[in-house]
Amino acid sequence: MNPVLEQTWRDPPGLWGTLCAIDHKTIGKRTIVTAFGFFLAAGILAALMRLQLARPENTLVGPDLYNQLFTTHGTAMMFLFAVPVMQGMAIYLVPLMVGARSVAFPRMNAFAYWVYLFGGLFLFVSLLFDIGPDAGWFSYVPLSGPQYTPGKRADVWAQMITFTELSGLLVAVVVIATVFKLRAPGLTLARLPLFVWAMLVTAFMILFAMPSVMLASTALILDRLVSTHFYNPAEGGDALLWQHLFWFFGHPEVYFIFIPGLAFMSSIIPTFSRRPIYGYPAIVLSLISTAFLSFGLWVHHMFATHIPDLGKSFFTAASMMIAIPTAIQIFCWITTMWKGRFDLRTPMLFVLAFFFILVLGGLTGLMVASVPLDLQLHDTYFVVAHLHYVLLGGAVFPLFGAWYYWFPKFTGRLMSERLGRWQFWLFFVGFNVAFYPMHHLGLQGMPRRVYTYPVDMGWGALNALSTAGAVMIAASVLVFIVNALGSRRGGALAGENPWGAGTLEWATASPPPPYNFERPPVVRARDPLWEPVNEPPAEPTQVVGLAERVREALVTTVVDALPSHRLAFPQPTVWPFISAIAVTVMFIGSIFTPWAIVWGGIPVAIAVTLWFWPKRRETMADLAVEKRP
Amino acid sequence: MPVQEILASAGPQAAHIEALWWVTLAICAVVFAGVLLAVAWALLRAPRGDPATPPDLSSLDKPERGTAFIVIAALALCTAGLIFLTVASYVTDRRLAALGAPEVQIELTAHRWWWEVRYQDAEPARMFTTANEMHIPVGKPVLVTLKADDVIHSFWVPNLAGKKDLIPGRVATLTMQADAPGSYRGQCAEFCGLQHAKMALVVFADPPEQYQAWAAAERKPALPPAGEQAEHGREVFVNGRCAMCHAIQGTSAGARTAPDLTHFASRATLAAGTVPNTVGHLAGWILDPHSIKPGVNMPANPLDPDELHALLAYLGGLR
Repeated sequence: MNPVLEQTWRDPPGLWGTLCAIDHKTIGKRTIVTAFGFFLAAGILAALMRLQLARPENTLVGPDLYNQLFTTHGTAMMFLFAVPVMQGMAIYLVPLMVGARSVAFPRMNAFAYWVYLFGGLFLFVSLLFDIGPDAGWFSYVPLSGPQYTPGKRADVWAQMITFTELSGLLVAVVVIATVFKLRAPGLTLARLPLFVWAMLVTAFMILFAMPSVMLASTALILDRLVSTHFYNPAEGGDALLWQHLFWFFGHPEVYFIFIPGLAFMSSIIPTFSRRPIYGYPAIVLSLISTAFLSFGLWVHHMFATHIPDLGKSFFTAASMMIAIPTAIQIFCWITTMWKGRFDLRTPMLFVLAFFFILVLGGLTGLMVASVPLDLQLHDTYFVVAHLHYVLLGGAVFPLFGAWYYWFPKFTGRLMSERLGRWQFWLFFVGFNVAFYPMHHLGLQGMPRRVYTYPVDMGWGALNALSTAGAVMIAASVLVFIVNALGSRRGGALAGENPWGAGTLEWATASPPPPYNFERPPVVRARDPLWEPVNEPPAEPTQVVGLAERVREALVTTVVDALPSHRLAFPQPTVWPFISAIAVTVMFIGSIFTPWAIVWGGIPVAIAVTLWFWPKRRETMADLAVEKRP
Repeated sequence: MPVQEILASAGPQAAHIEALWWVTLAICAVVFAGVLLAVAWALLRAPRGDPATPPDLSSLDKPERGTAFIVIAALALCTAGLIFLTVASYVTDRRLAALGAPEVQIELTAHRWWWEVRYQDAEPARMFTTANEMHIPVGKPVLVTLKADDVIHSFWVPNLAGKKDLIPGRVATLTMQADAPGSYRGQCAEFCGLQHAKMALVVFADPPEQYQAWAAAERKPALPPAGEQAEHGREVFVNGRCAMCHAIQGTSAGARTAPDLTHFASRATLAAGTVPNTVGHLAGWILDPHSIKPGVNMPANPLDPDELHALLAYLGGLR
């Protein structure tokens, strides 16, 4: 512990300090816990749907509520859980892995968190007030347009998108700037941990994909609130335009949920195989090519529309092709395990589940990539099975593994292995019992998004089985919560590096101090903690000379991470929080009157101006350090 | 109950897709088994380690060439499999486009939450309209023109063909053919709001003579009411609220915002495939449609018992 650095870099104490916090670890943990909260809430909605569908002609939930349930479930899982939780993991871990003191733009990062929190609460509060969105998480027009969804439900959806997209875009910028400019000296791009590569690729994908859905949802709000006709075929608009814009975002979104899952895999497997990962360059190139290809597949969500056949066949080829980079990574991981020394702990169990669940989901993905097969399978329960196999197998199972893996870093204590195994097996078995039967239901002709089905269709038994699986999943999540809460206080002390891992986040205390590293390391290898420096090093092994009494960090060059200059970092402040409130008032107000954009913009402008208003004392201090470090 | 299954094809379009399904499933099953075996083998053969085991850094100094060969070979196999699946998909595409010239043309318009079915003919007098049911001749290609009146719906009769969306402002087409007589259920496959779950239709594949007889009957105007009670029922229908939305050819009721009821009694189901077309269900449907299909556009009709029985008698006679 370095008390001077501690004093310089810590967030202020108390409630006020909570609102002012900008430490990336605080914001990262908050994001993860908030996202987990939304995961639970959306999971409860799923449980209600499963209870309704457990038997035919059930009347537990009516069509109006059911439509709100599945819409909010999908929306929350995609926008409020899957994307933010991955960004939260990135915010916490990326600076530690690259040996930085902080993320870039820490205040903007805090602002992004508050915007995300308020947007998410807005969605669930709306559901409680019976104005939860009910046109599907994809909100196809004209169903979500002014004529067929009067009231505020579709506006709530569209504006929730605006909140989360704003937040997501800001965090993407934070991650990219951190990775490119704040790496420890010597941590060249060729040595970047695969986790960081994956998060970097994810951030770029968010940067290119999210504007598309922001544009789409803004045009939807305009159609609804000020009677534009972007999507109204009667006035020269186009209903299909929405689908192109939405899926141009929506398909990459699947991959920027999935790629962080790959990041966890590539972190956990080498540690528990006791060797460096096999095929590092191939994996990096696979991540990048997945990102590129994912922008060329969106039409496979639209095969049932009347797009010309030749055009559709291009998207079949692209959808098949994206399996190749994933296959490369899977083979590299299997090779790593094959040639390593295996340590079968809880994180590794979740990793092994990936090979079963994600691979199955990926293979059903090849089926729906084919136009003729998709014409049958599209919008049936087969696709519900497919998407849950991909998203849970590819992202949620690795995420739980990642939580077991990094929990000691977050809290300083290990989670219980015994409860971990219980959770794993309940989750793995429950998941397959819940979702495997849906493949068969789809083949038997059961469409998606139906609140009930006739007795005579014979879908009752498999649906009841699926509901039983959902109960097991709920039990598994409960075990996880018990484990996390219990281990936080009573778990075994972890120490710096409980798993004997090779990356930099394990080179500091658990949990890390506010300044992350007393002296930022100088990196010479891909796994700095593993690769010994045999000969006496010619270069220093640590960064020295940074100011300790003001927030100062080293900026390095993009490719080679050569030291470039010192940079002063901002102090904690309450203005990101206040600005987020002002933005929230403007966004929610605009649902009720377009004038809210006008008067709502004034508090936003004031808050942001005060946020950036320079303080004489801080400026003088920075200048002093500038002259004499 | 009519069938609604993907893997029980009853026509060439569904059969082509079913063939592709089995080929794809076989290849995917092999890949799945291969990956699991490789993981299981790695799990069994690799020696055990723990966090204290020093990491094996030998791979940093000497490239693992033998392993690279295996990985590249596995990848080449996967790529070959993907190319095969892509080509198989294209071949099926071509087959689906190869169905012959249509013998019957039907214009299908989707409404929330029912299907308007218009049989086309070069001669306008031979065109006719029905709802929520289609009859097609066995062994003859049928061209269905797809339109939507309000939001996006999707026409899907899995035993006969893949699905196609009905999108407002656009016209799409689908060709299908039934090779075996029977009744095939279809259901809206694109979420269309409150009663998406109860928007079904039934396709009856009839032997050609039977189909011709059915079509000839459908072309005729409605039968006149038989008996005094049915006569009263017609009065209730054309002078009451029913005629605001429904049509019965041969009477003054000609509205088109709800299903055409000209030959209502010949249909098998009510409320877009929701309940069987029996007197009991019909009475319940007329009095309170929302208890059967909550949110449907048809209002409740608090008729007094005489009017209700008269109406039931009239509608029951519309064969």
